[in-house]
Amino acid sequence: MNSETSNTRNAAARLLGPAGPELSCDECFEELDRYVEIELTVGGDPDYAVPGMRAHLDGCPACREDYESLRAYVATAAG
Amino acid sequence: MAPDAESERWLRELQEDSPERPDAVAALHQLLLRAARFEVRRRSAVHPHLRGDDLDDLAMQAADDALLALLSKLDDYRGESRFTTWAYKFGLFEAAVKIRKRAWQGRELPVSDHTWASLSTGAGAPAEEAERSELLGAIATAVDTALSARQREVFVSLALNGVPIDVLAERSGSTRGALYKMLHDARRKLRQELVAQGFDELREDG
Repeated sequence: MNSETSNTRNAAARLLGPAGPELSCDECFEELDRYVEIELTVGGDPDYAVPGMRAHLDGCPACREDYESLRAYVATAAG
Repeated sequence: MAPDAESERWLRELQEDSPERPDAVAALHQLLLRAARFEVRRRSAVHPHLRGDDLDDLAMQAADDALLALLSKLDDYRGESRFTTWAYKFGLFEAAVKIRKRAWQGRELPVSDHTWASLSTGAGAPAEEAERSELLGAIATAVDTALSARQREVFVSLALNGVPIDVLAERSGSTRGALYKMLHDARRKLRQELVAQGFDELREDG
């Protein structure tokens, strides 16, 4: 894929969101701590353990920010 | 999954009938305050106009609200992560919501859909520009023809104009979950409409 096609796809993805099934915001909040710990400390595939999380994080900027904050905090201050 | 020993201690000491509860609640508030301050520092870097002592007040308010939210959901903790990780998300979440709202305080929400113009203007090759223009034009038309008035309003605010969902929730008396459900339904309708028009690459997975 060249960068120009990628730009068009990025614009479409921003508007149309993820193409697959995704969690709701409430489900995302419920699973966020487990997802981050699998990713950072437990090991394994967090996307296998929590289906639909990655798609939701791609589609919801606020939940994405919450995920990035928890991930950063657990990785540093809490680590 | 059984909680680890430290998580079990938190749970035990936070029970209503525990003699350690006052100290445990105070320690939990400190833990939430540290998380909230971390989030406030992170977000204030993105919003440099948010400065001053009131940011620490904001972190304190976030910790207070997070403590109430967490204690009301203590029975929901399933031990699938460390208790502290579970707790951090309450402090970070409350601080992030407050920062988003503070950053938009006094600002009108954009209501126009002029963002289409900036999206369709790029610096790519002519073929790319034509492809982008065709796709965005089809999306814009589908927004007008396939969505309900409320879906259109939510889609334009959140997906097109980038209004933070917590800000729109506060201004419209709704919730993040309800607004995202509406956005999700709108996006599905748009995809179905565009696939019907021949944009097969936009077909949903699964």
